[in-house]
Amino acid sequence: MAAHCLFFTQTEEDWLPFSCDIPLLMAGGLRGKERERTNLLKQCLLCRVAGVQSHQAWKTNPLGDVGLNVLLKTEDPRTQNGSLMARPNKTADMSVFSEVTQAAPVAVFKLTQDFSNDQFPSKVNLGVGAYRTDEGQPWVLPVVKKVEKIIVHDDRLNHEYLPILGLPEFRSSASKIALGDDSPAIQENRVGAVQCLGGTGALKMGAEFLRRFYNGNNNTKTPVYVSAPTWENHNAIFANAGFEDVRAYKYWDTEKRGLDLAGFLGDLESCPEHSIFVLHACAHNPTGIDPTQEQWKMIAEIMMRRNLFVFFDSAYQGFASGSLDKDAWAVRYFVSLGFEMFCAQSFSKNFGLYNERVGNLTVVARDADNLKRILSQMEKIVRTTWSNPPSQGARVVAITLNSPELFTEWKDNVKTMADRVLLMRAQLKAKIQALGTPGTWDHITEQIGMFSFTGLNPKQVEYMVKEKHIYLMASGRINMCGLTTKNIDYVAESIHDAVTKVQ
Amino acid sequence: SWWGGVQMGPPDPILGVSEAFKKDSSPKKMNLGVGAYRDDQGKPFVLSCVRKAEALIAAKQLDKEYLPIGGLGEFTKACAQLALGADNDVLKSGRNITVQTISGTGSLRIGANFLSRFHGGPRDVYLPKPSWGNHTPIFRDAGMQLKAYRYYDPSTCGFDFKGALEDISKIPEQSVIMLHACAHNPTGVDPKPEQWKEISDIVKKRNLLVFFDMAYQGFASGDIDRDAWAVRYFIEQGHNILLSQSFAKNMGLYGERVGGFTVVCNDADEAKRVESQLKILIRPIYSNPPMNGARIAAAILNTPDLRSLWLEEVHGMANRIIKMREQLVAGLKKEGSSHNWQHVIDQIGMFCFTGLKPEQVERLTKEFSVYMTKDGRISMAGVSSGNVGYLAQAIHAVTK
Repeated sequence: MAAHCLFFTQTEEDWLPFSCDIPLLMAGGLRGKERERTNLLKQCLLCRVAGVQSHQAWKTNPLGDVGLNVLLKTEDPRTQNGSLMARPNKTADMSVFSEVTQAAPVAVFKLTQDFSNDQFPSKVNLGVGAYRTDEGQPWVLPVVKKVEKIIVHDDRLNHEYLPILGLPEFRSSASKIALGDDSPAIQENRVGAVQCLGGTGALKMGAEFLRRFYNGNNNTKTPVYVSAPTWENHNAIFANAGFEDVRAYKYWDTEKRGLDLAGFLGDLESCPEHSIFVLHACAHNPTGIDPTQEQWKMIAEIMMRRNLFVFFDSAYQGFASGSLDKDAWAVRYFVSLGFEMFCAQSFSKNFGLYNERVGNLTVVARDADNLKRILSQMEKIVRTTWSNPPSQGARVVAITLNSPELFTEWKDNVKTMADRVLLMRAQLKAKIQALGTPGTWDHITEQIGMFSFTGLNPKQVEYMVKEKHIYLMASGRINMCGLTTKNIDYVAESIHDAVTKVQ
Repeated sequence: SWWGGVQMGPPDPILGVSEAFKKDSSPKKMNLGVGAYRDDQGKPFVLSCVRKAEALIAAKQLDKEYLPIGGLGEFTKACAQLALGADNDVLKSGRNITVQTISGTGSLRIGANFLSRFHGGPRDVYLPKPSWGNHTPIFRDAGMQLKAYRYYDPSTCGFDFKGALEDISKIPEQSVIMLHACAHNPTGVDPKPEQWKEISDIVKKRNLLVFFDMAYQGFASGDIDRDAWAVRYFIEQGHNILLSQSFAKNMGLYGERVGGFTVVCNDADEAKRVESQLKILIRPIYSNPPMNGARIAAAILNTPDLRSLWLEEVHGMANRIIKMREQLVAGLKKEGSSHNWQHVIDQIGMFCFTGLKPEQVERLTKEFSVYMTKDGRISMAGVSSGNVGYLAQAIHAVTK
């Protein structure tokens, strides 16, 4: 497969450079020094002209040759009338930052902006990355409202610093959620945790620790494998932590619209020993395809045999199936096999605490002594990054998890969210099938979690956006939470039209 | 195990003091370690303006959607205005970019990462000697190197002005120089305005990039404008500074992690470009910042009567500290100490560099259960009218 330039990353929430899928073959049009430089930097011409930061090239292309066409059509500032825009000529200037170039805006942010500006009354936003009610509104969980009232009225509470590793009651209850109350590893005192800023922060801490201490000291050459595709920030997190070799493992099978198991297992067998693998605990983002239990067993067997490092990313526990235990099956299975591993947990979605940045890095060590030393080094890393974590969100979670009634109420709230998503999946599939839309649509209900890879191609996506005012990612990914009983018919009909009219 | 070679990390010197203090069972124990304000009963102080702001916010029933990567707009705007003054030309022309950060540490770290990636000059960051202990590892982890310029004069327990100017005049061009805006941590020694002017001149001559750390605005003198004087003067003099702000102390929002990082640029266009790159730095660390503290700070800064209440309370905290300094010196005189303790009164802000040596500090801890950092730094916030006498006794005992 052709190597692609991956200088930018897409994000659901904000303004970041676009995922540049321009094949490096573009450099074939260049001569001499320019061509040499492009090949050396593994950076496409467009990105280099735009003055973008150096980054790793991907070896596989999960999205197909989407990039160029989409870029040219979405009025990417790097292109003007189809031709490349040169970097503006800077005269000598006093500023030390005159060489800092503008990072291009991300298509997803543009998507959200375009949605906001769109006057079409029936417009639908399926790019949003957060839960929405059936009225299309954000939802602060009732249990969270209750607990926040408790906190505000408790005069004994203040705003003092938390310990470096975070609120103890939060850390232990959060780890219990992931590993189970009766986890032998917890009973054996070999499970610890670091409270972090969201799932991102937990991944960051884990990555920083691994870079310093895994597989030798300051080992930046150990390959880190992330799924193809994956949450785009995985790449940047590990690259910024210093890892020089972030690669993709096969995961999404475009034709099958399912898991490329053979490819995945093949990568596990052929990768260098000790490679680090970032595994999605459940509700894979962005595909919604999770391995079955049998498939997880095969994955675990190879990882154990080949000494690969297990790093789970658990951002949707409870949110995927509605059951905390069911969604944690894979994590708990791996723990039961005796892996020393990390699990980055996010409480953004399952607690709806997005902006409070509540995360937890659960560390499963071989024994208590190892755990102690690991946590002491984690403290040093935390200290130079944010000193100690924010207290509000962790308090909410800790109070909830440690009270039987509130815990039950929370599980109920989580089930409400998960059930609504499942309902939308079922209804969308049923309506699409009822319309006689060509193709198979089982993947809509087979996929799990917030996202679904519809399988719509870029032209069809463009049609949806421009003709139907339904906003979704160029990859065909939709956020099920954007669907409501009011708009689902319109969306189903639009998908039908897109598939039948646009090839 | 993968981790057999992982050594036990040394305890953090500053936060470690609090932990040792907690374990001590002596009824007379004093925690003069970490810089968190205490009232005269030795209790943490939640500002009334904070409580009022929280009630206001709770009533609004706001959602919990992700903030933008750069943080809450009402907060970052007010944060910049607080530091620079609302009528500052920089703000009017839009040539600053201010992002919300994870308090002061997070701000410094983003700044350090930004320098590491984009600063074309030398890798060296010049810190005053001494500086906050965490400055060094923050810059180092970000890939910068640390050097120092003379700052504290142990013989006077004051500012080594001559030494500072000499050292600064030798710093290679385009290097980064870190300046504490007010209430220098750990010494409490600040340059006087005339001295700041000379520092600005020499820094300009050497073409150095200035990075201000302002963690105590309002807390030092009790007056927010007075405490920001150096920052504003430097900007006026044409330095395009980097600035870290913390609201941990001056709003008592410690654990909510509220801070700001500002880059003053040549023009609005450059500011936009810098902003885009800051977001790229922030995203792989924590995606976007926490809401709670920023909402509180924004409400306080942007609501007139909350803001006046805040200014009063900050003034109150600063005054209590100043009073404790005076009482400590009076107490030492009363004990019969023959040493000159004037520096305790001359120094400003939360901390006091007592001049005590490590052996004396150890005795204070072991024999009197008085906890402080080994460099002789005490947090005046931990001193109250109830224990200042005991502290004077203890210090006299180990220094006579």
